[in-house]
Amino acid sequence: MNKELKLIWKKFFNWVLGNGPRPENEVIPVEPPPDLPFSQRPNDKYSRFHEATLKERYNQWLEIHGLHIFSILYSALSILTCVVIVCLLLATVAELPPFGHERNPANNEVIRRYVEHGGHETGAQNIVAGLILDYRAFDTFGESSVLFTAACSVLMMLGKSRRNRIKTHQPKLKIPAHNLNDEPILRGIASFSIPAILMLGCVVVINGHLTPGGGFSGGAILSTALILAANAYGSQRVHQFFNERTFVILSSTALMIYALSKGYSFFTGANLFHSIIPKGTVGNILSAGLILPLNICVGLIVAGTLYTFYSLFNKGDL
Amino acid sequence: MLSKLFLNHYEAVAVILFGIGMTNLLLQRNLIKKIIGLNIMDTAVYLFLAAKGYVAGREAPILIEDGAGGWLTSSALYVNPVPAGLVLTGIVVSVSVTAFSLSLALKLYENYGTLNIDEALLKMTEEQVELETRIEQAEEDVLGD
Repeated sequence: MNKELKLIWKKFFNWVLGNGPRPENEVIPVEPPPDLPFSQRPNDKYSRFHEATLKERYNQWLEIHGLHIFSILYSALSILTCVVIVCLLLATVAELPPFGHERNPANNEVIRRYVEHGGHETGAQNIVAGLILDYRAFDTFGESSVLFTAACSVLMMLGKSRRNRIKTHQPKLKIPAHNLNDEPILRGIASFSIPAILMLGCVVVINGHLTPGGGFSGGAILSTALILAANAYGSQRVHQFFNERTFVILSSTALMIYALSKGYSFFTGANLFHSIIPKGTVGNILSAGLILPLNICVGLIVAGTLYTFYSLFNKGDL
Repeated sequence: MLSKLFLNHYEAVAVILFGIGMTNLLLQRNLIKKIIGLNIMDTAVYLFLAAKGYVAGREAPILIEDGAGGWLTSSALYVNPVPAGLVLTGIVVSVSVTAFSLSLALKLYENYGTLNIDEALLKMTEEQVELETRIEQAEEDVLGD
């Protein structure tokens, strides 16, 4: 009795696992040849090979439809994620203090301090310039370093130095060379607008502590003048006075001057010590201590970097 | 909630712009369009910061002369100067990141001839498989000798 039961159990387990001796009266289906297309195989869904065929079927289905379904699922999920995030942020925005109200928590005693004492503490009429180039000057130094680092890395990626000659499979992007003498309108306009743009850039940089503007915006204006010159007169003409070597020397010198002068002023002028650099009278060009030279440094770095970006992306060389 | 959103419409628009940029970043297959999406997100953050710093009826934070040789330094006259500095930092970092990622995209195009990220990945895996088979072949040759 016990033995019989055991035998039956064993048989049953073997039947379930599918690795024991087969019962004599079982009908063994003919296994389809493996290279037969799926649609022509006999229907053996209920046979011992049920599991294997289901897996095969699933894999085949995945090969045909998997990418499509994945892309649909991916776009649906990403749209859902974005909608959820936007809804959460909108719910947060609805709870924020009203726009433009003077009693908002953002307008606290820090702002009062900057506005009321910024004028005679930094000597700058433009409070934002005093903020970013005096109170938070090391922050701006970091920004300039970030810009310089980005320009250096783009130069390493795209520049045609000796170390950078990796064999590429595809031909390089080529912009068709055009005859510059065919563009009299561009040259005519550039001949009188380049000096004007250069002068505007210099004014914005030098008046950075008096009017809106400063090193970053003025540098961007200066770089547009360089780009216009490169377009109108050919990049060879610009290359004569601004090449890779000039850019690296100019930017690193400006950064060094920035770091040394600002570090010196922090050591001597901060922490309630009296600064030896005179503040001047608010509103004059020669006022605000170090803000004017720092603005000029930042303007040089930004102008060089933006022209470098343009030149590298346009013709892959500086 | 809608009335509160209309009260804060600049911030609401900034948040929606952020969502548009993020959807662009996730859904576009073209790398240049992905970078454009990143820039839209940056712009949304600048708009949010600038809106937070605004105070109705006040001037830009540049000192005004009081007519007697001095300067008006009352904080009730000027808007918040801190967001301007923060936005400046953001713009510089965004320019750097954009330039670097564009140069990476250009290198990818030079190597694989496509800006579509799926095609580039496919070509990368094909290249990897080819390299592995070649390495195996070389190892077999060396061992056979």
